[in-house]
Amino acid sequence: MSNLQLFAIGVGSLCLICGILAVLLVIADRYLNDYGECKISVNDGEKELNVKGGSSVLTTLKDEGLFIPSACGGRGSCGMCKLQVDAGGPPVLPTEEPHLSKEEMADNVRICCQIKVREDMEIRVPEELFSIKEYEGSVESITDLNHDIKLVRFALPEGEELNIIPGQYVQLQAPKYKKNPEPVYRAYSVASDPLDKTHVDLCIRLVPNGICTTYVFEHMKEGGPAVFNGPYGDFKLSETDKEMVFIAGGSGMAPFLSMLAHMKNEGIDRKVTYFFGARAKRDLICLDEMKAFEEAIPNFTFVPCLSEADPDDNWQGETGLVTTVMEKFFDDLSDKEAYLCGSPGMIDASVVALTGRGMKEENIFYDKFA
Amino acid sequence: MFLATVAQQAEPNSFPLQLLIIFLAAALTDNILLTRFLGMCSFLAISRHMKTSIGLGIAVIFVTTFTAGINFLIYKYVLVPLGIEYLQLIIFIVVIAAFVQLVEMIIERFSQPLYFALGIFLPLITVNCAILGVSLFMLNKQGYGFWQSVTFGAGSGVGWLLAIVLMAGIREKVKEDKVPPGLRGSGITLIITGIIALAFIGFSGMIKF
Repeated sequence: MSNLQLFAIGVGSLCLICGILAVLLVIADRYLNDYGECKISVNDGEKELNVKGGSSVLTTLKDEGLFIPSACGGRGSCGMCKLQVDAGGPPVLPTEEPHLSKEEMADNVRICCQIKVREDMEIRVPEELFSIKEYEGSVESITDLNHDIKLVRFALPEGEELNIIPGQYVQLQAPKYKKNPEPVYRAYSVASDPLDKTHVDLCIRLVPNGICTTYVFEHMKEGGPAVFNGPYGDFKLSETDKEMVFIAGGSGMAPFLSMLAHMKNEGIDRKVTYFFGARAKRDLICLDEMKAFEEAIPNFTFVPCLSEADPDDNWQGETGLVTTVMEKFFDDLSDKEAYLCGSPGMIDASVVALTGRGMKEENIFYDKFA
Repeated sequence: MFLATVAQQAEPNSFPLQLLIIFLAAALTDNILLTRFLGMCSFLAISRHMKTSIGLGIAVIFVTTFTAGINFLIYKYVLVPLGIEYLQLIIFIVVIAAFVQLVEMIIERFSQPLYFALGIFLPLITVNCAILGVSLFMLNKQGYGFWQSVTFGAGSGVGWLLAIVLMAGIREKVKEDKVPPGLRGSGITLIITGIIALAFIGFSGMIKF
């Protein structure tokens, strides 16, 4: 036999075997995986969806424009896509169990990427998920906050509104450009006043070679288009009267700008101390805004701390790491709450320092940005 | 030692005994997970809970048994006659993936209880290397016929179940212990796996074949 014949036999039989198997699967999928049309009733009939059965609840809802937050994309490993299934769901699956507490199971909470739509269902989705949408807005202004952080203000499309809870974030799209072959999304906390529903402010720090930040710093122009979706996240002020400690440096200030604006609007007078960590004076941002908040909110104190102040800075304020300064201010944190925003390293260090002063872990809230 | 004595006393050609030896060898001395470290990813991910470990283990037994049989037949009656044995790797992968998908759809449609007990694990093991390993290793064994291959598949599956159940038992205990932060999760699990593996390699000193 010649080499050509051997080659033909090899390729031919491989194709044939794969072909047979593929046909078998297609036929099986057609006849076995057909659950017909199913009706999903969301929040007591607030919304009725007619969908094709057979796929997971997560993907089915996504196709219908209802985005359930999910970090792992449906592999059942993150446990974020929780929602309540009151009717039409199978018994709790072993792949869901690790993510659900006993109370949640009693409440019919399910991991919706693991269950399939096969019959009519009744589900309950947190109200705020309805508001997750994609917006095709525009860039209204770009302001330099310091040498590597910009405040970008986006305008929503005419007639649309975005309701955020202070602390939530949106995902900004970096479209295709020179170094970026495909659009990607990056999450940024919203910094704007929650009462201003037609604008979204984001604090964006330049990450060397970062796809999205490079786009914002080099390609984004005032007046140009911008695509973002949201709001996401459950980082928000608790509904207690406990005294609060905020810790964040750099662009991590964003959610606190929004939270402080909210406290000012609502006249919330919980005691707050905000520790802002920076290297030198040139890294500090929004000092005027903070001064204004200190005047408007009686119980608010802003404490900038410099770890490597330049001799030229003539710095009179606190020096040292932000955690050290915080420890200097408080001896006992057991009855207080902490809110953190920043890199995983900064958050981990802060959690250690806070718990070291007696703070309970369940009273520490944070947004980690890798 | 026990096996060796039994094997010597019995008729060398006794068919059921031969199958028993293949089965035990595959499950214990040649345990695919502990002596070859195949199928680690689902092993590490699922061994956190006893219940899920058992479910996944049974699914693995089912799939290794059937795919060993199917792949043996394909090898003997398709690949060898055509002289394309060198394609075994790719064809076995395709066959396993298709088989798992098909079985999942069938049980999902016809038996809901079985599906919830077993079927949901099937997608997790479509690309489990232990299953491909079983199909490839059985070809290296001398003189295996159809039934020997099926038994080898079942034995390997049982060995995998045994390993993951042992691990789940240990991990449920370790959960309470103070493990250094850097070792938590996969780190300590891999170390424990290594220790169990040593014990299992000890088995191979007991029989020679």
